[in-house]
Amino acid sequence: MDKSGIGELLRQLVSADGPSGSEEAVGSLVKELSGSFVDEARIDALGNTILRRAPRPQAAPAGRIMLAAHMDEIGLVVTRIDRGFLHIGKIGGVDPRLILGQTVTLYPSGPSSESYPDGLPGYIGSRPPHVLPLEERERVIPLQDLRVDLGLAPELVGSGFIRVGDRVAVSGPYTELLGGRIASKAMDNRASVAAMLGALGYLDSMTHSWEVYGVATSQEEIGLRGATAGAWAVAPDLAIAIDVTFAEQPGIDDSETIAMDQGPAIGWGPNLHPGIVRALRETADALEIPYVLDPQPGATGTDAWCIQITGQGIPTGLLSIPVRNMHSPVETVALSDIDRTARLLAAFIGRLDAEILNRLPEEV
Amino acid sequence: MIELVRRLTDAFGVSGYEDQIRSVIRAEVEGLADEMRVDALGNLAVLRRGTGGGQKVMLAAHMDQIGLMVSHVDDRGYLWFTSIGYLYALACWGGQVRFADGTVGTVGLDGRVNPTKALPALRDMYVDVGATGRAEVKQKVGDVAVFSLPFVAQGDAWFASNMDDRIGCAVLVQLLRELRGQEITHDLYVVFTAQEEVGPRGAVVSAYAIDPDLAIAVDVTDTGDTPHASPPMEVHMGRGVAIKVQDSGMISHAGLNRRLMATADSAGVPYQLEVLQGGTTDAYSIQVSRQGIPTTALSLPSRYIHAPSQIVDRRDVEAAVALLRAFVSQPTCI
Amino acid sequence: MTELSDLLERLSNEFGPSGQERKVRTLIRDEISPHVDRVEVDALGNLLAYKQGTGPEPRLRVMLSAHMDEVGFMVTRIEKGGHLRLRLVGSIDKRVLLAKRVLIGEAQIPGVICSPPPHLQSAEQRVKVLDADTLAIDVGASSEKEAGAKVKVGDYGVLASRYVTLSADPRWPTVRGKAFDDRAGCSALISILGRSYPVDLIAAFTVQEEVGLRGARVAAYRAAPEAAFALEGTICDDTPAPEDEDRTAVTRMGDGPALTLMDRSVVSHPGMTRLLEAAAEAQGIKIQYKAPGLGSTDSGAIHLTRAGVPASVIGIPCRYIHSPASILNLDDLANTARLVAAALELISQQDLVRQG
Repeated sequence: MDKSGIGELLRQLVSADGPSGSEEAVGSLVKELSGSFVDEARIDALGNTILRRAPRPQAAPAGRIMLAAHMDEIGLVVTRIDRGFLHIGKIGGVDPRLILGQTVTLYPSGPSSESYPDGLPGYIGSRPPHVLPLEERERVIPLQDLRVDLGLAPELVGSGFIRVGDRVAVSGPYTELLGGRIASKAMDNRASVAAMLGALGYLDSMTHSWEVYGVATSQEEIGLRGATAGAWAVAPDLAIAIDVTFAEQPGIDDSETIAMDQGPAIGWGPNLHPGIVRALRETADALEIPYVLDPQPGATGTDAWCIQITGQGIPTGLLSIPVRNMHSPVETVALSDIDRTARLLAAFIGRLDAEILNRLPEEV
Repeated sequence: MIELVRRLTDAFGVSGYEDQIRSVIRAEVEGLADEMRVDALGNLAVLRRGTGGGQKVMLAAHMDQIGLMVSHVDDRGYLWFTSIGYLYALACWGGQVRFADGTVGTVGLDGRVNPTKALPALRDMYVDVGATGRAEVKQKVGDVAVFSLPFVAQGDAWFASNMDDRIGCAVLVQLLRELRGQEITHDLYVVFTAQEEVGPRGAVVSAYAIDPDLAIAVDVTDTGDTPHASPPMEVHMGRGVAIKVQDSGMISHAGLNRRLMATADSAGVPYQLEVLQGGTTDAYSIQVSRQGIPTTALSLPSRYIHAPSQIVDRRDVEAAVALLRAFVSQPTCI
Repeated sequence: MTELSDLLERLSNEFGPSGQERKVRTLIRDEISPHVDRVEVDALGNLLAYKQGTGPEPRLRVMLSAHMDEVGFMVTRIEKGGHLRLRLVGSIDKRVLLAKRVLIGEAQIPGVICSPPPHLQSAEQRVKVLDADTLAIDVGASSEKEAGAKVKVGDYGVLASRYVTLSADPRWPTVRGKAFDDRAGCSALISILGRSYPVDLIAAFTVQEEVGLRGARVAAYRAAPEAAFALEGTICDDTPAPEDEDRTAVTRMGDGPALTLMDRSVVSHPGMTRLLEAAAEAQGIKIQYKAPGLGSTDSGAIHLTRAGVPASVIGIPCRYIHSPASILNLDDLANTARLVAAALELISQQDLVRQG
């Protein structure tokens, strides 16, 4: 595993479509890409893909750690089929302003839909400005007034192979920019999935006494659903969630953002266990991996929030990768930040011993 | 089934105070099940054992309806209140409510608020039990009341104040009736849940206790068939039971939905697919219990949910019962 | 009474915002250790104390909870000029923040929240409420480096208020201090642990209630109680209203422990409400009913754990909660402890059955 290997993982992961609730394609890809680094993989009732890597060298585990990175992306759902056009609703926090003039892929599920395993290309068009009154052009069009145009004959669209509830993924192809930065849709949160798989890859050439569960969680974008059930099932001794956070970008107050190419952000606040934060910082310092401490005074809006209060409580940490233009088809990330997150995670796991579980209660 | 629906819609039961409706349901299911339990939150869980080799199937419909609780009795005997569950202020003013002991009252509006200028808020409303002085008023802080119009069957349309979710309860009772004498493989946990409208809460603990292999909630959903329905929705009254794809809280288990659709197709039960953009059900709580449970919901299309006069269509109700019956009659559900 | 007041004073003055309750926990642990069988600290920092009952088996397992955390803030940036930016931890009415004294970090470095001189503000500006993220804290530093020597990004802070006795009149004994929500509940719980009861007790001094009832949920999952009472410092809005307004005070100071019928997080188990009423009657304790529909408490999280827990909430009326200082009546506090102790003597399985 190395930085370019992580780049390749990322490229494949963002190229798969997986809106919340329909993560199958991404889940299968995660299984495939993790193949040689893990001992077991399974998919649970909520669609989480749960990977397990036993200690190396093989021995009874000194502890169990769970990594969580959500694999779902925000998307759209068909709410109505009307004269050849599709009405849409939200899956997760979609910004209607970004949907206008956007290419999408429709995944039909009705009878005969097997003929379209890769979905159908669609476009969300806007009426030409020429025919619109001036004040109309200043108004944001609400989502319920937008339509997906598949360019197909209305009789075909209405023939039954497309149904209410069908998923629509937003297009946003993998695009390399300067400086090792990459733009794509679904960097939230495939960047973190890539970091998690990268960590497992780095671990493959290391020794570690703890058992590692890597969970590509489902349905985070609609309410941290997959991780809630996943954490209960895995029942780890401690957990680290990996998600994205807001990178500095023009027009946004820099008190709300993290700089890019400066490494991951380590979350700090009531949601995160002080002992885990300390251990992550010590690891990063030892390896000279740059990082930023990210104050989180309340809900972190990540899987860490539900994992921490699962069962009898799980000491939880959070690593965040800065991403620009969040929740858009041009989310932009620095590959170096993903690689540093992966290396930090692997090193952290490598250093886990039986001692840490005794220390943690004294540090909270 | 009409008389069953009448009895269920007539009974008093608001979130947290479901005693009366629970007794009524208990009487309805007496003899139709092997075991009944009431838990710490007031859920009534009814177990109908299967012959074996099947699954643990949980079906849930909530007994509670929305309502109000007296928060302050003023010097003249007007009862100021807080809502239990989500009440539309618009739908309260001038309406008639009924307390657990049968006392009725009209919802009035503070005179300083001008409803022609702005929508009044619930905090500006009170219940008037028709007294002319404080001494005549028996109600106290903590008393609960509901909107309560009598059930009416009018053609295929059924009207009541609490189709949400007494109609779901009726579907489950009817299912148990129709299964009488029939052997099925599955252990059927039919749960009449409490406190859905303030959570959902009852379903959280019920699902934990039962730990089923799969679960289906039965509740109402919105329709898209009224003038300028917003947002657009493809669910119509009269077109069959709705199978929920997603709502604002959860996304149903796709595999379970596929099985339900296949069952409906082969049993000839009319159904429609539902995407609801405002609202959720007990399924939301059940789905993330413990290690996660394959969960979905069957919905009765209903107009005017959370308003005092709610409508469902008899044909959709019958379709819901038929689909559930066909589904649980299969040797395996998932 | 002085004992309870001393306890409240020490707890109130102690530093313990949501996420950094350690100092309060240490104080409480020292107080209760001689009176309980064992204590545990869990993954979130909850303090759980177990006390076996004296009654015959099988004994009911009853959880009593009070939260250790108070609302506060976190330092999010140190500016070049040496002042600090903050974000709130838990919900505080942002209008109370201007010009207040604060204490930062476990070392409790003193600071002040800057306030724009009215002379330099337009009439329009003077009536605007400022958002927390526009505020600045001054610790006296003139540079980022100077500030950084004493405080760090991520440091927690609280509003500074010392405990004082307002009225020593035994008919109306009142005190003022910070964090009565819920150090009042903690004091009552500590005093309850001073003796034995027929039932098995789990006293949960919880964390992070103010940011979402977080600690109570895992504490209850761990302890798996059969019934639960939360002790809260609760809303008391009994200040005079305009003459023509007849509104509820939610609770009134001096009217005794307040029973919750329903708040935003829980509908109390009716059997437990009846139990508390019976206990009050038997002991001659005057009680009141909190106006329903307001606030959330640990019982909101506890009652939904595992297969469900019959739960209730008893509140000690505190004026001005979630502001720099609250006022309470020590009789209300003492009577709350007495009421709960009396309920623990009476409680049985029968109380936990639902009718219908």
